[in-house]
Amino acid sequence: MSARRLRRHIGRVLFVLLMLLIAFYTVFPFYWAIVTSLKSGSALFGAEPWPAHPAWGNYVAVFRDRPFGRNILNSVIVATSVVAVSLCLGATAAFALGRVAFRGRGVLLAAILAVSMFPQVAVLSGLFELIRWLGLYNSLGSLVFSYLIFTLPFTVWVLTTFMREMPRELEEAAVMDGATPWVVLTRVFLPLMGPALATTGLLAFIAAWNEFLFALTFTLTDDMRTVPVAIALISGASSFELPWGRIMAASVIVTVPLILLVLVFQRRIVAGLTAGAVKG
Amino acid sequence: MSAGLSALALERRRAAWWFLLPAVVAVLLVAGWPLARTIWFSLTDARLDETAAPAFVGLSNYLLLIEDPDWWNAVRNTVVFAVASVTCETLLGLVIALALNERMRGRGMLRAAMLIPWAIPTVVSAQIWGWMLHDQVGVVNQALLALGLVERPLAWTADPDLALWAVVAVDVWKTTPFMTLLILAALQLLPDEIYEAADIDGLGPVGRFFRLTLPLIRPALMVAVIFRTLDALRVFDLMYVLTGNSAATASMSVYARQQLVEFQDIGFGSAAATGLFLIIALATALLLTAGRVRLGAAEGGR
Repeated sequence: MSARRLRRHIGRVLFVLLMLLIAFYTVFPFYWAIVTSLKSGSALFGAEPWPAHPAWGNYVAVFRDRPFGRNILNSVIVATSVVAVSLCLGATAAFALGRVAFRGRGVLLAAILAVSMFPQVAVLSGLFELIRWLGLYNSLGSLVFSYLIFTLPFTVWVLTTFMREMPRELEEAAVMDGATPWVVLTRVFLPLMGPALATTGLLAFIAAWNEFLFALTFTLTDDMRTVPVAIALISGASSFELPWGRIMAASVIVTVPLILLVLVFQRRIVAGLTAGAVKG
Repeated sequence: MSAGLSALALERRRAAWWFLLPAVVAVLLVAGWPLARTIWFSLTDARLDETAAPAFVGLSNYLLLIEDPDWWNAVRNTVVFAVASVTCETLLGLVIALALNERMRGRGMLRAAMLIPWAIPTVVSAQIWGWMLHDQVGVVNQALLALGLVERPLAWTADPDLALWAVVAVDVWKTTPFMTLLILAALQLLPDEIYEAADIDGLGPVGRFFRLTLPLIRPALMVAVIFRTLDALRVFDLMYVLTGNSAATASMSVYARQQLVEFQDIGFGSAAATGLFLIIALATALLLTAGRVRLGAAEGGR
């Protein structure tokens, strides 16, 4: 009898240890980035778990020596614009796909899903030509335009699943009162879809904020760079001389707002990520 | 009355097309047209540094591509990367999701912590790990030395034998949370009754997992695996930031972009990009058949 209880206790302890290990594995790298960003000089190369003299020098240097403020502004402008455009186009398309039965709907949905799986490299040369032709090369417009390739299919897809869940009675009542489909969408459904729009918008925002390949290829000068490119291109004379303190400071600056957003909207994000994937 | 209703339905259908039009035009413009142009370029000798109209060269770019050992090296790197990282993520994600599914204190906090790696931009996670894996002063080497597991520091990102595995490790850290959350969502939809029945039948915890839980969450698991595999096959950021254009880790995307942008060879680079597109299309078809999943059940979030 007591042997069984002992075994249960050991199992419990092992389980707690496993949880602690997972938590450590998940959180430590970001913690280490914060610690490094607060170190300076030779302290950088030590392994003490918290700097003896925490200093803000790296944070100041990031804004003083580089146009990092401008880079952040660029990222905010690009991500906000592309989310706004995607939500407008996505909401109308989702209404048609989610609420109206017409021939070719399944094919269209499958095509939209296929586009979201496109490897970005596969459209790189064609997009590059188009962007130069439109006169958008090395401008934020090129990124707002090209990011639609992944934000728009994603937005359409998620909003369609949310649109399907809207009660049919609401729509029928409005139609009885003579409402056109446009009125049904803008006056009846959209006001109710606030949470869905927020979730979808947030996920699309994060995707646009994190994008690297297009931003690296379609912009050229430092003042047009977005945050991921700016962080990737911080360089020193050699690998040993890379300004790691500053790189980590920049990393922490752009990640903290994202983490706060994600923690605040935790439930919604999980719901948005799993919409469709689990329910089918 | 019925004539009135069908007129209404007809009007609805017409309105639906108008509603769809802007999004469809946008997708055609931003994805369809560039893809068609890329395929066209792959059949020409177009160069970025040349203004003369490109000449049609047939399949010669593809013949060059097939003979280029660097391309096959990139294909091998990408496939190894995709298989290794998706396998690790799925197993680790299953373990963590099963653990998080147990009722216990601190579960909410741990689930919140899982979102941190997912929210961090890939470039940032590559830089953070690049610093932790630094060959001389990185914290990983310092820890391994202190524990006596290695005799001298390892050059994680520079050693050709280690670099690809370092990239896999970073990807596993970054994307396991996505797997975990999807699997956890599927687990939480399972009704408690099936486990009560299993208790009566005397299935142990292992039997319970393989006979009940796994078959029930299989559809969701397959969707997550397919989505992650397709994502892993087009990987670019991680390799580019951690190891640059190094041949030891170069993925197909890195190879194609190098040809296009650095060597300015639009024709040949487009052939490589089209090759990547075909490989991903093939992988999609294979996975969908093997997984017996409806396409409509998949959905993405990066």
